Amino acid sequence: METSTAMTAVQAHEHPRLRELKFTLARIFRNPSAVIGVVLLSFFIGVAIAAPYIAPPKYAHAPYKMPHKGFSPTPKAPSERFIMGTTSGQYDIFYGVVWGTRTAFKIGLFVVGIAGFVGITLGVLAGYYGGWFDEFLMRFVDIVWSIPLLVLAMTIVVAFGRGLENIMIALALVEWRWYVRVIRSEVLKLRNQEFVQAAKLMGVSDCKIILRHILPNSIYPVLIMGSMDMGSMVISASFMSFVGLGAPKGYADWGQMVALARNYIVGPSNDPLQFWYTIFFPGICIILFVLAWNLLGDALRDAFDPKLRRR
Amino acid sequence: MTAYIIRRLLFLVFVLFGVSILIFGLLSTFSPERRAAAYVTTPKQAENIPLIIQKYGLDKPFYVQYGKWVEQVADGNLGWSLVAARPVAQAFWNYFPTTLELNLFASPLVIIVGIWLGTMSGVHRDSFFDHSTRIAAIVGWSLPTFLFALILLMVFYGYLDMFSPGILSSDLSLWVANNPDKFVRYTGMYSIDGLLNGRLDITLNALSHLVLPVVTQVIVVVALLMRVMRSGMIEEMNKDYVITAKAKGADFKTIYKKHAKKNALIPVITVAGQLVALSMEGSIAVEVVFNRQGMGWWLAESATQLDMPVLMSVCMFVGLVFVTSNLIIDIMYAYVDPRIRLH
Repeated sequence: METSTAMTAVQAHEHPRLRELKFTLARIFRNPSAVIGVVLLSFFIGVAIAAPYIAPPKYAHAPYKMPHKGFSPTPKAPSERFIMGTTSGQYDIFYGVVWGTRTAFKIGLFVVGIAGFVGITLGVLAGYYGGWFDEFLMRFVDIVWSIPLLVLAMTIVVAFGRGLENIMIALALVEWRWYVRVIRSEVLKLRNQEFVQAAKLMGVSDCKIILRHILPNSIYPVLIMGSMDMGSMVISASFMSFVGLGAPKGYADWGQMVALARNYIVGPSNDPLQFWYTIFFPGICIILFVLAWNLLGDALRDAFDPKLRRR
Repeated sequence: MTAYIIRRLLFLVFVLFGVSILIFGLLSTFSPERRAAAYVTTPKQAENIPLIIQKYGLDKPFYVQYGKWVEQVADGNLGWSLVAARPVAQAFWNYFPTTLELNLFASPLVIIVGIWLGTMSGVHRDSFFDHSTRIAAIVGWSLPTFLFALILLMVFYGYLDMFSPGILSSDLSLWVANNPDKFVRYTGMYSIDGLLNGRLDITLNALSHLVLPVVTQVIVVVALLMRVMRSGMIEEMNKDYVITAKAKGADFKTIYKKHAKKNALIPVITVAGQLVALSMEGSIAVEVVFNRQGMGWWLAESATQLDMPVLMSVCMFVGLVFVTSNLIIDIMYAYVDPRIRLH
């Protein structure tokens, strides 16, 4: 009891926002799954940054193109030269896995960034001002909502043409609907609360109310969703790559590496798991990458949920 | 209630109209020549592309083309599927039962397993069981469907040689194709048709081909249901009425089964729509990897081969199913929770 009063005395000198942030961080890292998530993520970030040193590109102008020695379709087992072996077409798996980390971050950051920005902006404006804009936007969201992500995204990719960039654009064009709905419902809860009304009466401009009062109080569910989305968008993108809607053959992308391994999941009858490495390395990368973001998102939810936070 | 349902049905029409405009707009970004190719069914017709453009008005303004498309659909003409090499409407009845079959087996399992696991881990919070199912749920949630399906195929087909991909073994499907008079395809689902025709071997064969796809579908979809059920259960178990029941000396099992579980099921219904969407997406990956010729496989194949009439129709169909199921979910919601009034 004494220590806690002493703690409060010390904390009282700190800025309340800073104190809250410290509490949140402590709450997050009390959760072992968050620690695992952060460690995994740091590892992937490290690999992505150090990619040119870990796996020096053969073609300086096109580092995402996997180098390949020969054209034989039969994968070769890990050796000293290719520590993870080569996949179908003799592409170096190690190189692809390392540079694929960058591709995965590119996909996640681009899709979540664009979808989040568009969704938050539209959702806040619609929720705060209401009126015809809100009505129009939400009816449009209803329409987009009626088709599952993958179906709509695949159709958009077909319309725009194949390629990784178009997959990312398609996913962003579909995923913003989630952010609009989530943040709008948060804003609707806040809009009529007393502190917002008070700020309005005092003549604070709408812009300032939104930025200082509405956004900071409604952003947490979006942050959690963003973290989870970083993973699930990579899953959706890699599935579309797997189907053959992604980058041209030989691009360092985990989904496509799984596609290259597809015909080799079953080896000859005397050694059915002979080509395990072709699917294992890119596969484990996708799983761990997505797992890391999901663990982080799960911990964020526990830390930000007002019902569970102080327990 | 009736007024609500009628209004929602009108809304359904509005959404379908919106979806068709959206998809039609997207696909009309193609040049007229490329869209004309969708009507070509034989090499000889390829010479007539300028004629086709003229006949179908592919170079006309958007609203004219859209009107023409609506007219055709009203006539029951959904276009020609390149992938299936037959009219879309006909191909649909060929592919739809396969997907329905997969989900007929997977969905009950998802619901039973998800609710049971969620309840158990919510009731015994922070126990070993709770922690292990939570970890399993996060890992299951992080598993891409197509990758998990490939791994299952690698282990069970490649290594153990137990289940093979496809819908039916090749000799049986050949026999079915050659004896249409002896084997009537009432439903299009082999597992059920086998029973109806008195061919137990076909049913068993079809079921053995269903094991891996169903397992994949269940594991990937169940995580969401489990998580919602667990947090609902925890919330209910901390409520006053549970404490009152405990204080009165009610049996623990009675408390969570009769009181808490029923209330915890309400939030589950709110994610039912998401579960439907997940199952639809899951079916695509499952069918592609296990080579089951269903709607998902058809869609993926059409996307890679630019089969536009199919994309258009499948989007409309998926939209119809999704919006209708959401309507049913909302009505169920009001039925289960009398505090909710639909108006």
